[in-house]
Amino acid sequence: MAASSRAEVLQIYRVLLRESQRFAAYGYRTYAIRRIRDAFRENKHIQDSVEIQKLVNKAKENLDIIHRQVTIGQMYSTQKLVIENPENT
Amino acid sequence: MVCTRGRISPGKNSDEQSKFRPLYMDVQATTPLDPRVLDSMLPYLICYYGNPHSRTHAYGWESETAMEQARRQVASLIGADPREIIFTSGATESNNLAIKGVARFYKSRKKHIITTQTEHKCVLDSCRSLEAEGFRVTYLPVKRNGLIDLKELENAFQPDTSLVSIMTVNNEIGVKQPVCDIGQICRSHKVFFHTDAAQAIGKVPVDVNDMKIDLMSISGHKIYGPKGVGAIYVRRRPRVRLEPLQSGGGQERGMRSGTVPTPLAVGLGAACEVAQQEMEYDHKRISLLANQLVTKIMKEIPDVVMNGDPEHRYPGCINLSFAYVEGESLLMALKDVALSSGSACTSASLEPSYVLRAIGTDEDLAHSSIRFGIGRFTTEEEVDYTVQKCIQHVKRLREMSPLWEMVQDGIDLKSIKWTQH
Repeated sequence: MAASSRAEVLQIYRVLLRESQRFAAYGYRTYAIRRIRDAFRENKHIQDSVEIQKLVNKAKENLDIIHRQVTIGQMYSTQKLVIENPENT
Repeated sequence: MVCTRGRISPGKNSDEQSKFRPLYMDVQATTPLDPRVLDSMLPYLICYYGNPHSRTHAYGWESETAMEQARRQVASLIGADPREIIFTSGATESNNLAIKGVARFYKSRKKHIITTQTEHKCVLDSCRSLEAEGFRVTYLPVKRNGLIDLKELENAFQPDTSLVSIMTVNNEIGVKQPVCDIGQICRSHKVFFHTDAAQAIGKVPVDVNDMKIDLMSISGHKIYGPKGVGAIYVRRRPRVRLEPLQSGGGQERGMRSGTVPTPLAVGLGAACEVAQQEMEYDHKRISLLANQLVTKIMKEIPDVVMNGDPEHRYPGCINLSFAYVEGESLLMALKDVALSSGSACTSASLEPSYVLRAIGTDEDLAHSSIRFGIGRFTTEEEVDYTVQKCIQHVKRLREMSPLWEMVQDGIDLKSIKWTQH
């Protein structure tokens, strides 16, 4: 299998963030976005292609988890938190 | 689609704000499930519903495989062998098992137990019930900072001491006991060391061999896992024996009969694995946020005391006393933030927390304390909002307080002679 290109890494990064935006729960949504950004930033210097492939695979697994949990969360969503009230920002 | 089942309708005085749920700042009481944990549990709630103790078919085998995988995940977090992990219904059951189980097993020759005054209610209550059975218990006091005095511990040992039980991180004030030193002392006296690590594991590094721990209680719902499950670590070398609390089919090495709830065990395992991966990241973030909270509050309002040692603590549990403000009033004023003034299990009673009493807090300050919990999902915005509301309401309540007025006029409250009318 061909090693992951820079384009593929950026692609999965964008997809992860876009999917995470769909979390209905404030805490999950903010956590996912924050964690994804920090994880990609932390690993951006890695050069070894085997290592990169491993991380990309992990990212794809996490994408599946996020997708499932986003869907379930939206089926059971409830009111927003006070912090999401535009009056309070 | 919005879920309306279980939603509590706002009262008659509902305004815009009450259409929104409060912020959750009470993680010591319980934590939300991490989405990764729920994801791991669902298959076992939907299709793989077999009993893990069924030996004769695939439903049983796949359930058992999942349960053993979870056992390995829990063991890995604390540096134990999977055979040393027993699933229970939670840390309360684990504490009961550890204390009553060990005490009763060795009761023919050992009749003494050592614990502290700041332990969780279930530990203290287990000790109390053992006293009724004829055991002797020493409840060690703690210093003003919440930590035990190691010399007092040394002096408390008796020739027939069977167990020492001291929690790793306190759930009300967040102090972290010197577990390594305690383990060393217990080892040298050849006495078993049990620690309630419910608030510690997954948040601070805990290793049962480095810290010479013989028994440990673990709670699922404190580490973003499901409620209703926990575990107890029971050392095999040197062997710790205990008398089981519940009899039955001999599951969990005979120490805890009953069908292991596979979905819950899987959730606990996943929570432990996630916690192991995220511990450093979470700790860094939570320390930052905790620092912000305390610094901002203390900068804006005077006469605020942080309960518990400032250094030997878990940062995500902050207990502050606001002088001249009644704790319940402040909690009610902060209705948009879910907080507590002590531990959830004692919040129904009007008495101030026994933990605060044990660290020597004055009666009036003990009534003025609030516990702030910061966790994996807490955001900077939530902390800022909480700080802002807290400052606003403390100032407002103090304005209304005649005691505060007297203090401002330079009167020493302790010198007042109160009279009855």
